[in-house]
Amino acid sequence: MSKRIGLEASHAVAEAVKMADADVIAAYPITPQTHIPERLAEMVANGELNASYLPVESEHSALSACLGSVSVGARTFTTTAGQGLELMHEVVYVASSMRFPVVMAICNRALSAPLSVWADHSDVMAVRDTGWIQVFCENNQEAFDLTLWAFRVAEDPRVLFPAMVHLDGFSLSHVIEPVILPEQSEVDRFLPKFQYPFALNPDKPVTHGAFGPPDIYSEAKVAQEVAFRRSKEMILQGWKEFGDIFGRYYSPVERYKVEGAKTLLLTVGSLSETAKIVIDERRAKGESVGLVRLRLWRPFPFEEFRQAVKDTEVLIVFDRCISHGTVAPVFCEVRSALYDEEKKPNVVGITGGLGGRDVSVNDFGYVIDRGVEIAEKGSQRMLETVGIRGEMVGIRG
Amino acid sequence: MAGKKLKTAYDFTWRDLEVGNILTEAGNASLRRTGDWRSERPILDKAKCNKCGLCWLYCPDAAIKVLEDGYYEPDLYYCKGCGICAKVCPREAITMIEEEEK
Repeated sequence: MSKRIGLEASHAVAEAVKMADADVIAAYPITPQTHIPERLAEMVANGELNASYLPVESEHSALSACLGSVSVGARTFTTTAGQGLELMHEVVYVASSMRFPVVMAICNRALSAPLSVWADHSDVMAVRDTGWIQVFCENNQEAFDLTLWAFRVAEDPRVLFPAMVHLDGFSLSHVIEPVILPEQSEVDRFLPKFQYPFALNPDKPVTHGAFGPPDIYSEAKVAQEVAFRRSKEMILQGWKEFGDIFGRYYSPVERYKVEGAKTLLLTVGSLSETAKIVIDERRAKGESVGLVRLRLWRPFPFEEFRQAVKDTEVLIVFDRCISHGTVAPVFCEVRSALYDEEKKPNVVGITGGLGGRDVSVNDFGYVIDRGVEIAEKGSQRMLETVGIRGEMVGIRG
Repeated sequence: MAGKKLKTAYDFTWRDLEVGNILTEAGNASLRRTGDWRSERPILDKAKCNKCGLCWLYCPDAAIKVLEDGYYEPDLYYCKGCGICAKVCPREAITMIEEEEK
């Protein structure tokens, strides 16, 4: 029997890593991710989880150790946040291009300066091009489910790409909610043993990480990109089989009250739950609004996204990150994804929730009203914001 | 190495690369002529050499051969001309000369 218990999101991630029976965990604690490695270290220390826990000296070492561990075929987990992900940065690329399926939970945190330990998506956006499978969690159940699912997809011999599971720091990572924990036998049915086909073995020597001069580097990157885009098939299959076993079905793009909606709000991450309250209120008043949430961020779910927004008139994209010198990252991405479509909504971008700033139900109300106003007047500025004191400078983007 | 041929990048399209660009054929570095990277080459003065073997030990590319008479000789097919052997030789029996010099 599965059981429903109150669990902090960070501990739900640790529970998923335990039930996945990970072999190696190499992590460096950093706020707001600390509760994940703490709990895992405890599980290893008290014998709940039979794994090697490597207390490394930095995040750069943490991910480097993970590469070594996957290269011998060990199921491997790491976790970080904000500045830690930045210190890892060069190894993040190495993991995906060497096709080492590490699973990493990231408690999203704003980047310095000013020094902030609170949530936004500037750390995510700095690694969006690194070739990792990336998903955003909305709540604690998803934190558990998507961590478990990430092992399954990443380690699939047809995939072999690392995967990031994003949770907003504090506003999700530290929240306690009911979580349904499955039976170990169900998990074992969903997640087969990791069998890395190229594990280092003295009887069958291979070379990992050879250099790539100009006459082969381009071919290597194209091969990686083709394989990465193909991984979407297994991402979807993984979610289908997850649903068949556990009863919760996930999709790359979640649609909430979108039927006939003239206006759609697009969010990523845990703020989506707040946004849903606004949608409920507006729908109750008879307004034609709905919510679209990107769960899968990489590979970008072009097909599902276009399908989800094709019949709407206004699409308001909410970003938790500033991309200095240009438009906000999620907005930039979805507007580009629609450029070639004949029938497409008017896309408006609004930024807020930076460095842990709360985005309230009222704020989302403003986002919807302002978004519709901009769409009608065509008066979009380069930086449209919500909840920021002081008048915005009207730079056109 | 008999029968083995070094493949070049042009033998591969992107479809031919192994997952993660893994090289499945071990030991193929021995097929690659790294000697043509060299700008300086080591010259051994046998009269000074006492066969201590430090050059062989320190060579980072295993490019020093042991000869039948017990002397050591750089294999110019692989030697990249780094000069470590000349530096560590306690008898100063190895000198580096410009490739252009005879």
